[in-house]
Amino acid sequence: MAAAYELRCRECGKRYDNAPLSICDECFSPLEVICDLDAAKRTFTREAIAAGPSSMWRYQALLPVPEDYKPQTPAGWTPLLRAPRLAERIGAKNLFIKNDAVCLPTLSFKDRVVSVALANAQFFGFDTVGCSSTGNLANAVAAQAARLGLKTFIFVPSDLEPAKILNTQVYGATLVRIDGNYDHVNRLCSQIADRYNWGFVNVNLRPYYAEGSKTVGFEIAEQLGWRLPDNVVVPMAGGSLITKIRKAFKELIALGLVEDKPVRFFGAQATGCSPISVAVKTGADHIEPQRPSTIARSLAIGNPADGVYAARAIRESGGWAEDVSDVEIVSAIQELAETEGVFTETAGGVTIAVTARLYAHGRIQPDELTVTCITGNGLKTTDVLQGAYAQHAAIRPRLTDFETYLEERSEENTLELGESYVR
Amino acid sequence: MSVRVLLPNAFQKHTDGTREIQSSAGNLPQLISEIETKFPALRSHLRDESGQIRRFINFYVNEEDIRFLGNEKYSFKDGDEVLVIPSIAGGSDPVCSSAKRVRPYGQYCCSYCGQENCTCCD
Repeated sequence: MAAAYELRCRECGKRYDNAPLSICDECFSPLEVICDLDAAKRTFTREAIAAGPSSMWRYQALLPVPEDYKPQTPAGWTPLLRAPRLAERIGAKNLFIKNDAVCLPTLSFKDRVVSVALANAQFFGFDTVGCSSTGNLANAVAAQAARLGLKTFIFVPSDLEPAKILNTQVYGATLVRIDGNYDHVNRLCSQIADRYNWGFVNVNLRPYYAEGSKTVGFEIAEQLGWRLPDNVVVPMAGGSLITKIRKAFKELIALGLVEDKPVRFFGAQATGCSPISVAVKTGADHIEPQRPSTIARSLAIGNPADGVYAARAIRESGGWAEDVSDVEIVSAIQELAETEGVFTETAGGVTIAVTARLYAHGRIQPDELTVTCITGNGLKTTDVLQGAYAQHAAIRPRLTDFETYLEERSEENTLELGESYVR
Repeated sequence: MSVRVLLPNAFQKHTDGTREIQSSAGNLPQLISEIETKFPALRSHLRDESGQIRRFINFYVNEEDIRFLGNEKYSFKDGDEVLVIPSIAGGSDPVCSSAKRVRPYGQYCCSYCGQENCTCCD
């Protein structure tokens, strides 16, 4: 291998020099980045990683960027939290949350993939970048492109949450709303990328972009003290993240950084858009596209690009996939916030609700070390909690008014008062 | 009756750069055989070893995935615009391409074939 990484066709194996390219011109299959693990062996050690930056770039040796690349956008290295109170609620005993709700700079795991994609956009000399997005990716591309001084075209479905639209436009990006769902947007972007000399992070830069997701897996292993969990629960939109976490674990095993052990992968979707979950449950070897209808808009991809690979990874790992209703999604957002102080967006609600069901159905055993991946922040989808909480009239700034307030709430049974109530 | 067919950049190597054709095909199977007649070099790339159209090549009529319209049963209408777009990732046949003996990870298996004890590199 000339460089430390290159492109290779997932199906026919044809090799390509590094280029903004995502489709094999021989068999029209997707291309994937292959890192030279033998070359990485020298530099990718526990000690070197520990001495690296407190960001995903501590794993730079296994990311497809030029060797002398100086990261401008320190995404990743998010907390891995023990979740004892949530665990107790859902019948778990050894549950962790990988909290990418606080991934910087735009509060979702998409900051990771965009960091890698834009490094390559610059390397290939693009002055304009873009993406098709359900929201989080739009935010991440807009923010990081602004920092790098790149022009930006972002394409989104017109029904996107207002917060995600504002959080894209504020960075000066050109936002194009498309009258259609994500699959329509994505198809249009394929055509645009064919026509214009722009770097679309999830179209012609996709092989590089997708590798950024591996850092979720690297971090989980390192934060567990260089060991692998028994189970991982991952939300699925296009299906890429779950396959890349698996790839990360395999690379760590291959490099001898963690002990080889079976890890089961569990996928989470909303019932209103569940093509991968359906494929796993029915044992189908292909994905039947769906027309999405769910509040979990960041997961609303009816024709998931990596769906087959995700379903295959889940099945072969001995895992499973589940899907949950919109009502369950909102309850799970509240439950995670109330028990662990983590406010996630609808996609996180999907993951928590599915996690709970996997325990309830006995697919995950209580003592097994399980990591649930939270990929986005609740501040971006507050609309789904509209009306969820009563707003009482304001009271005067008087102690007697407050005491009356407490009495009234107690009578309504809307307050649970502990021992500390009366001095 | 005529439909406008837009071909992706990935095809151009096999179509002498042609990006667009007009077709009088009545449905998808007719259109595919017309494309193959017009561009014989494309045929072996469009189909897998068993002669099936590769599953990751998607067809759209106007804005809609043809699978939502009845797929092969859908009858083209005059003025339809047909898009041929390969999936950006995935959607492929899940059988690992063992014939190629790809060994992307040195002595280790590829991570994406989906098989815990993958034999594709043996």
